[in-house]
Amino acid sequence: MRKTHLSHVAGLCLIASGAMAETPVLTVYTYDSFTSEWGPGPAVEAAFEETCGCDLQFVAAGDGAALLSRVLLEGASTEADIVLGLDTTLTEKALASGLFAPHGDLAPLDLPVEWIDPTFVPFDWGWFAFVANADVAAPADFEALAASDLKIVIQDPRSSTPGLGLVMWVKAAYGDRAGEIWSALADNIVTVTPGWSEAYGLFLEGEADAVLSYTTSPAYHLIAEGDASKVAWAFAEGHYLQVEVAGKIAGTDQPDLADAFLDFMLTSGFQSVIPTTNWMYPAVTPEGGLPEGYEQMISPVQSLLYSSAEAQAVRDAAVEEWRAALSR
Amino acid sequence: MLTLENLTIEQGDFRLKADWSVPEGSVTAIVGPSGGGKSTLLSMIGGYFSPTSGRIFWKEADIGALPPGKRPVSTLFQDNNLFPHLTVAQNVGLALRPDLRLGVGENEQVEAALAEVGLGGFGARKPGTLSGGQASRAALARVLLQSRPLILLDEPFSALGPAMRREMLELVAEKLKGRTVLMVTHDPEDAKQIADLLVMVDGGVANAPVATSKAFARPGPALAAYLGRK
Amino acid sequence: MARGAQPLGRIRAPGLAVAFAIAGFLGASVWAVAAKAAGRPGFLTAADLAALRFTLIQAALSAALSVGLAIPVARALARRRFAGRGALITLLGAPFILPVIVAVLGLIAVFGRSGLLNELLALAHLPKISIYGLAGVVLGHVFLNLPLGIRLILQGWQAIPSERVRLAVELEGSRWRLLEWPMLRSVLPGAFLAVFLICLTSFTVALTLGGGPKATTLELAIYQAVRFDFDLAKAAQLALLQLALGAVFAAVAYRSGAALGMGAGLGRQGFAIAPHGRLSTALDTFWIALAATFLLLPMVMVVANGLGGLNGLPSGIGVAVLRSVLVALAAAALSVALALALALRGGPVAMLVGSLPLATSALVVGTGVFLMLHGLINPTRAALPVTAALNALVGLPFVFRGISSAVEETEANYGRLAASLGLFGWARLRLLILPRLRRPLGFAAGLAAAMSVGDLGVILLFSGGDQETLPLMMYRLMGAYRMEAAAGVALVLVVVSLSLFWLFDRGGRADADA
Repeated sequence: MRKTHLSHVAGLCLIASGAMAETPVLTVYTYDSFTSEWGPGPAVEAAFEETCGCDLQFVAAGDGAALLSRVLLEGASTEADIVLGLDTTLTEKALASGLFAPHGDLAPLDLPVEWIDPTFVPFDWGWFAFVANADVAAPADFEALAASDLKIVIQDPRSSTPGLGLVMWVKAAYGDRAGEIWSALADNIVTVTPGWSEAYGLFLEGEADAVLSYTTSPAYHLIAEGDASKVAWAFAEGHYLQVEVAGKIAGTDQPDLADAFLDFMLTSGFQSVIPTTNWMYPAVTPEGGLPEGYEQMISPVQSLLYSSAEAQAVRDAAVEEWRAALSR
Repeated sequence: MLTLENLTIEQGDFRLKADWSVPEGSVTAIVGPSGGGKSTLLSMIGGYFSPTSGRIFWKEADIGALPPGKRPVSTLFQDNNLFPHLTVAQNVGLALRPDLRLGVGENEQVEAALAEVGLGGFGARKPGTLSGGQASRAALARVLLQSRPLILLDEPFSALGPAMRREMLELVAEKLKGRTVLMVTHDPEDAKQIADLLVMVDGGVANAPVATSKAFARPGPALAAYLGRK
Repeated sequence: MARGAQPLGRIRAPGLAVAFAIAGFLGASVWAVAAKAAGRPGFLTAADLAALRFTLIQAALSAALSVGLAIPVARALARRRFAGRGALITLLGAPFILPVIVAVLGLIAVFGRSGLLNELLALAHLPKISIYGLAGVVLGHVFLNLPLGIRLILQGWQAIPSERVRLAVELEGSRWRLLEWPMLRSVLPGAFLAVFLICLTSFTVALTLGGGPKATTLELAIYQAVRFDFDLAKAAQLALLQLALGAVFAAVAYRSGAALGMGAGLGRQGFAIAPHGRLSTALDTFWIALAATFLLLPMVMVVANGLGGLNGLPSGIGVAVLRSVLVALAAAALSVALALALALRGGPVAMLVGSLPLATSALVVGTGVFLMLHGLINPTRAALPVTAALNALVGLPFVFRGISSAVEETEANYGRLAASLGLFGWARLRLLILPRLRRPLGFAAGLAAAMSVGDLGVILLFSGGDQETLPLMMYRLMGAYRMEAAAGVALVLVVVSLSLFWLFDRGGRADADA
């Protein structure tokens, strides 16, 4: 749908570029799966364009890390007005670039943690979790997992945001014992993939009992495929949180539109499509509540999350700890 | 007249020297032991090898600096005288225009040259479908059409049977009459059959040509050794 | 060639220009990345050195096994004639052009923990085997690159003229010693180098099948530097290290590779005069069956998985196919033109430049191009042309390998004749080079096109989202939990890719030398 629209726009541009120039364009950089046919992009674009009198254009750039790297590469001359899809392990670096402007007042958020970041606005969130088949006996925590024969597939923290999330999870839960936990987990890890897709693919092929993903992953299988066989393991240590955020570029030529978009982001028009397109929890629960099936998802006893400054501070050492433990 | 003036080539242990000339219209056979430099001599005249020193004259002109295609020379190599992917007619047609954009008249010339060597009607065939003798004739047809005065034959017929080879030599003698021919051969009979002059290549020297009849009647020590006579 | 030999009208000038252009382009991309860097790179860390060591070990092992196994298979394929031989040779090439992640999933369906092999072992009450680790990395690389080895070596065998085979048979000489070993000596260093360099920049295979951070390659370190640490100085440093390694190995291979001097036949293909002994027939059959099983079984699994996903193909699939095909045709044309210019020039410079793109980090070059374009034009708009250009560069070394020995052979056998007839420049290209190279050119163009279809490559960096190629569509489906539909797209991709290869390859063979 978006595609037809864009080519339509392109066609009009050729014929009557003068007329088109009057419609302001808001450019949103985001990660790939957000803009895909099955992602939130098409619905979000349609809903926002109904009211904004503008042309909302998504530019997709790989995953969250690639997204930030693209913005940093472009620097101040970036065409982005909004960057949507960073998470809290990336925001400190984004902030340090000085490219982002603070946000205004936010609508009340439904996040399991308090949100005090002055720059970035959360649009969805989820807990990392191991996803497995329901018929496998679930371990109670990391130590039980390490003591079992269960096999898991994880992502590399050096190339994947979920992979990094797992390293932060173990660090947040175990602190100085993190290295020890990783050593104990080494024989449970079938392999480490470069990204989420490869790991999830391997899991579905039957290569492992569980894969690092999100507590909401079973919702996809349940709602989209009518398949109730996948579950997320609830760990006693609590689950690390991934909060996905958007930020306004300081040098934007459309500051009002950008603010309008960030406001819109926390309304139902945006939030209601998140659970069944991005398969994450919406940052503000929409009026109709969560879709049927979400009530079956596990609710962790505790949410773990480093602030973005803490995340930046512990990250390198935690990844090195992970590498050293698994390289032995 | 083809004149080789103090022509020398040195390469590692190998060396060859030639300092003589042959008259226009003559047929000269070049004989000598293998590895003595017979083919190298032709390569220098043809322009495929640069001599270390010395000069090559055709008539009054120094042709030593010219690229092979610009010399007044046509060569028949030991093998690969035809491009296998082109038809016989195209191969012969290259003599007229290297870009093969042949007009009606030129196509007729090609047909005529093929007919002259007994290959009338073979023009559309690919070389792979020809016998060895036919392939030699096709190459000869191209040399005829090239109309260059100096012809170098680097054992082009050595793969043919004796009867076929004699036949080809006869054809060469007949069709190339009036041109200056230098011919490398292993078989003294070839020389006797069509050569006026004989050059013996041995011990790093290409000796000055002598009349073939004289050479075989009273062979010098090198030729005698080569012919296996005591 | 001898010192005194005259240049016989080889078309050398364009090759020099192309060599400068490619080297300049690669250098400029790395420079653009380094110039954007905030500081100077630090020293290599222990982790970097471990990555370097693992990169070299796995690349050497993968190359040795790929090429070693390819020898008996190519030999058997060269000398046996059987129904479906041509189709089998085409199919055996398939793994090479697969997107790596598809190949990995196919491989795992066979060799994985719950793959066919382990199910068979379980039936026989044998313990399970696990491939993850160095063995898995090598297995993955052999699966992906054995096809390349087979094709390169098979070409060597097919380049032995039938006259020579007959002669050797008549002389009752050892065919191995007289013909095959000299041919192999000239083909193997190049084949080994090609596979080695591919594995030098391996990323997904090494990581997915490597089992953990022990199997870290330089390319991962580069990825980490660019994407996660935004440490461009380090990325450029590591990319230069990769390039230097590539250049060193290319130089070694050039020195050890003897020129192919098989002489010219009249173009009759005829290595198929096979020995009739029962043992040799059985051995050849064994090698062909082994290669077919190893290479085709995972492909069968890819196809089987894909069939289920064909129903759920996204609506944009037709446009994506069209886009991928157009990019592939442009990439193939550019790749062939560049490689031909290099091959015509010949010599060490061409060999080096013809190998360098293999040893170049696609990520760093892509990032460099992005930086160079940014500010001039919107890189997103140039996504497809840039993808085509970089895919052409990725394919260049294979196209170059595929045609350079044929160019050398043509020049060696027909250069004198062409020179004596004044066949220079365009006429020489049209009347001598192109017709003589028809078969390898068809093969090389098909390879470049097919590789381009399967290459995810730089499109991720450039695409704004609405210029979806087949691999990008597949990747996005996977990222959205839609593994079945992704498998369906992968199947479409394999079919498109193989069809392109088949069409070009066939075009090159049809009527060749008849």
